[in-house]
Amino acid sequence: MSELIELSAAQAVARLRAREIDASELFEAYRERAAADELNAFTWVASAAPEPVADTALCGVPVAVKDLFCTEGVPSQAGSRILEGYRPPYTATVVARLAAAGAPLLGKTNQDEFAMGSSNENSGFGPVLNPWDRSRVPGGSSGGSAAAVAAGLAPWAIGTDTGGSIRQPAALCGLVGVKPTYGACSRYGMIAFASSLDQAGPLTRDVTDAALLLSHMVGHDPMDSTSVAFPEPITLPSAEDLRGLRFGVPEELLGDQAGAGIEPGVRASFEATLALAEELGAEVDTCRLPHAPHALSAYYLIAPAEASANLARFDGVRYGSRVAGDRDLETMYSETRAAGFGPEVKRRIMLGTYALSSGYYDAFYGTALKVRTKIAEDFREAFRRFDFVVTPTSPWTAFPLGSKTDDPLAMYLNDFCTVPMPLAGIPAISLPSGLADGLPVGFQLAGPAFSENRLLEAAHALERAIGFDGSRARA
Amino acid sequence: MARLARLRLDDREVERMAAELSKVLDHVARVRELDLKGVPPTSHAVDMAGVMRADEPRPSLPVDVVLAAAPEPVDGGFGVPSPGPGGE
Repeated sequence: MSELIELSAAQAVARLRAREIDASELFEAYRERAAADELNAFTWVASAAPEPVADTALCGVPVAVKDLFCTEGVPSQAGSRILEGYRPPYTATVVARLAAAGAPLLGKTNQDEFAMGSSNENSGFGPVLNPWDRSRVPGGSSGGSAAAVAAGLAPWAIGTDTGGSIRQPAALCGLVGVKPTYGACSRYGMIAFASSLDQAGPLTRDVTDAALLLSHMVGHDPMDSTSVAFPEPITLPSAEDLRGLRFGVPEELLGDQAGAGIEPGVRASFEATLALAEELGAEVDTCRLPHAPHALSAYYLIAPAEASANLARFDGVRYGSRVAGDRDLETMYSETRAAGFGPEVKRRIMLGTYALSSGYYDAFYGTALKVRTKIAEDFREAFRRFDFVVTPTSPWTAFPLGSKTDDPLAMYLNDFCTVPMPLAGIPAISLPSGLADGLPVGFQLAGPAFSENRLLEAAHALERAIGFDGSRARA
Repeated sequence: MARLARLRLDDREVERMAAELSKVLDHVARVRELDLKGVPPTSHAVDMAGVMRADEPRPSLPVDVVLAAAPEPVDGGFGVPSPGPGGE
């Protein structure tokens, strides 16, 4: 059994194709581990392996799915008590595509409520523990997906990223995480947080697995008018060097002032990775993203504004819980939402409602949209000279549970290196660059829209040279 | 604001949230220091407009399936309380 768990997903696919291992045995090995989960990573686990489908690309390697994705007949609660027990009548396109490609659903993973959080402590179903150190957070909001893959409870997983919700937990759990170009993956059936930012993507043990899983996620979907046909197939990376590539290190995020909040261990791992990149042939230089220091502010206006509108649908009428149903309509709405939403969701709804309210709309939301334009321009300008913009994914390694919950602003500041990319709609990948005090550190590369293949190639070359070993978290 | 958001908050929550949100707003309000005259807003990172899918009829979900998750289905529809005397 344990040998099966040690295979990467791509290795498992190859062994299944060669009929050296059995798909139902592999599913059962993971199912047992997921069912015995001590990290609170899963909110639901399949009871049995599905009937095998012959001749599929992914050969039956199961996938763990963030609870934000609707799955027909299977609880889909988005980490919220307001959706407790909700079983949707349809399946999200991305999940359906993976199932058709031969990656059946292993289980649903815990998350920050409606994907709002960077620590998974905002789940209505309790926090997730980091398998590297169970007294610490796995990151968020896709914390359950990250913990499950890192701990070997799932071969791979999907999550969603709005301001860093795939890349940051991937970093804190020693995994690879990809936030694709906006529109690359269908959002149909993904419970909406901030619709202009939300994207689905993979969380995997290595870069090859990320490419393989992503290759079966992307594509136009008539059910999502913001989805686009990916211009080329996602291919498995093979690069072993970085010759001819230029890495830009943004001064505004990592300079003396802005970068002061980056932990020394994270900084050291980042610098070591840059040195390694140069050894592999890359040119590394400082780049400018003049508006990046304002990305966090723009993000924490735009995302809550969109959320305040999106979450209006949770009103006790069509699905989920209802409170005070014997009172008048408005009381029922207000009481249902008061009882069903957790404190962080309430904060963001209030913040978004304020940013959109008459008299403040232009000053807050309208200004944030203009900053968004400038941030996209900054990246376009940077990509004239550089192939990638690189940063540490998170300024901190996994922090102790409860250590930042009293200060929402401090928690938001965690996201300063991950929010600029979704605002610009561009893709980014986080890969483990090493350990700091025994905890994983993430290295982020961002590229122009639809540069996923190039990002994966560069990450592959780095991964080979770094030689990160995540097996300790699976022990 | 809570009324606009259809969110009942008790006095303790209001007090705590006011303090937390003031801090967040002070931070995010820094975007107003930028000179953004003439900058067009971006509401969507990918340039696309007027996307339509083919206008082809296809089956909808059956009514009983749609109502299965409703807290209070009534006669093939979603049951809601009366707007009441205080309703708008």
